Amino acid sequence: MSERPRLAVIGAGPAGLVAALAAAARGVSVTLVDAAPEAGGQFYRQPAAGLGARRPSALHHQWRTWERLRDGLAAHVRAGRITHLTEHHVWCVEREAASFAVHALLGPEQEESVAVRADAVLLATGGYEKVLPFPGWTLPGVVTAGGAQAMLKSGLVLPGRTAVVAGTGPLLMPVAVGLAAAGAKVAALVESADPRAFARHARVLAAHPDKLAEGARYAAELARYGVRVHVRHTVVAAHGSDRLEAVTVAALDTDGRVREGSEWRVPCDSLAVGHGMLPHTDLAETLGCRLDGVNVAVDDEQRTDVPGVWAAGEATGIGGAALSLAEGRIAGLSIAARLDSRVPERSSYAVAAKARGGLREFFAVVDKVCTPPDRWVERVGDDTLVCRCEEVPAAAIREAVDELGAGDVRTVKLLTRAGMGWCQGRMCAPAVAGLAGCPPTASRRPFARPVPLGVLAREPDGPASRPDLL
Amino acid sequence: MPRTPLRLVRARPEPSFTVTFDDRELAVLPGQTIAAALWSAGVVSWRTTRGSGEPRGVFCGIGVCFDCLLTVNGRPNQRACLVRAEPGDVIRTQEGTGHHE
Ligand SMILES: Cc1cc2nc3c(=O)[nH]c(=O)nc-3n(C[C@H](O)[C@H](O)[C@H](O)COP(=O)(O)OP(=O)(O)OC[C@H]3O[C@@H](n4cnc5c(N)ncnc54)[C@H](O)[C@@H]3O)c2cc1C
Ligand code: FES
Repeated sequence: MSERPRLAVIGAGPAGLVAALAAAARGVSVTLVDAAPEAGGQFYRQPAAGLGARRPSALHHQWRTWERLRDGLAAHVRAGRITHLTEHHVWCVEREAASFAVHALLGPEQEESVAVRADAVLLATGGYEKVLPFPGWTLPGVVTAGGAQAMLKSGLVLPGRTAVVAGTGPLLMPVAVGLAAAGAKVAALVESADPRAFARHARVLAAHPDKLAEGARYAAELARYGVRVHVRHTVVAAHGSDRLEAVTVAALDTDGRVREGSEWRVPCDSLAVGHGMLPHTDLAETLGCRLDGVNVAVDDEQRTDVPGVWAAGEATGIGGAALSLAEGRIAGLSIAARLDSRVPERSSYAVAAKARGGLREFFAVVDKVCTPPDRWVERVGDDTLVCRCEEVPAAAIREAVDELGAGDVRTVKLLTRAGMGWCQGRMCAPAVAGLAGCPPTASRRPFARPVPLGVLAREPDGPASRPDLL
Repeated sequence: MPRTPLRLVRARPEPSFTVTFDDRELAVLPGQTIAAALWSAGVVSWRTTRGSGEPRGVFCGIGVCFDCLLTVNGRPNQRACLVRAEPGDVIRTQEGTGHHE
């Protein structure tokens, strides 16, 4: 057995990669575990090798950073300092006496499970997109904004010929630019937020000229592709019988109401829609880590309150790739020091900590400005499905709340089955909370992935024998 | 020349192979997921829901939503957005749970 301390990093996105590099360079034996077939995470998702992309950078920003991460990973893997396990879907991290067991299902079938043992764990699992329901949102052709981008980056495919990009948040601009560059006609970018609201946060904005420049660059690219941008507008409905044929776009007034008579129809065969992102917190929850709202709570060194468990990147709060990089670097340095029974020198991560502070402040503003429009709940028709998996319409949720007195997401779930399907409530939880008028809460899923019963039965000392986890 | 994703990244893909989707032959570029292969062929739905039989396809694109389920080589409930297509795959639309009801 190796003398070197062992770290398991879950997630090979910007946060996990940079942490793995920092720790491996300081004598830690790292196992990098990710569900995807290649490293990169969401931001640096790569086209499959067989597609022979000779200029993959055309789909990316900050390509130089990616080259450094990619080459650094390859060098550490060659030197035996990092083991990179691809297509490993972690469903549970278990605390053992003095170490951890990371249980992963082998993809894509996910029928076999393996365990990786480590002295410390970094949760760098990123997040997923939040979409609030509206009439027609289950029609084929309606996809998440990030999902359209992910399919494009990895498979070099488009959801259709004519797309509308809609919702709110900083992801919409890069997605619209990506789709247009790849040849889709982007008929409209519909953003519900009012960019003038940024003016109220002038001090924070002034501290981030780079972010403003980034926004301006995207705006210029959109103009170049002839994409019309409609701010303070929303998609009120998607239309079609078996697949999307058009969306209705409408202007919003300052109270979040649709301006009467402002609606118009935009023919399109795809709608890329998103209302922000949510962190993946399941693994942290099973480990007993404290959450802060919907984020994994961490200290200055990116440590969770469970000894031996760190978290970095969007699992600890949504803030884009640059923030994930800063947090990952701090986590990697902290882990290397702590596993060597040292206290990390703050000066060693001062630059990253400064970047982290600034970016967190910036994204707190983005979060305030880019909230889903007020009154979205009122536009969810009674027959609109809220839970896509269990096909639970808004009427059932409203009945559970108004007539049966359900006051929280859990009770609504028990009464309606909303959130009991395959996705374990990841897709509908924010909508159920909105309709029930209660704050979104942590989900308490037993596992981060649906686990075949055969796998649970084969694990004599594993989580299956721990009734508290089931 | 019209813009396409492949031209954008100057792709020179390895030779394509075929799979069948509901008995129809589809050409697939190596490395593509089943969802990507279906999108390339203009197919956007390949499942009907258990309750009202609504058509569904990709929604989240990253393995989280489970809307893109289909049957691959006789195994139901495979996520098309995660599973890479392999030569000769027999892919089928999935109705309901994918098990005979
Ligand atoms: C679909 C999608 C597309 C996006 N596209 C863009 C974009 O084009 N531009 C942009 O600026 N931002 C984009 N974002 C935002 C993006 O999340 C951040 O820019 C950045 O990638 C966050 O980095 P991270 O390291 O924190 O997490 P991520 O990059 O999300 O990396 C997390 C990694 O953890 C892995 N993982 C998660 N859970 C498990 C598990 N249980 N087992 C094994 N592996 C696991 C995932 O496979 C992933 O590789 C996108 C987000 C999403 C959800
Ligand atoms: S599209 Fe969501 S799991 Fe495949």
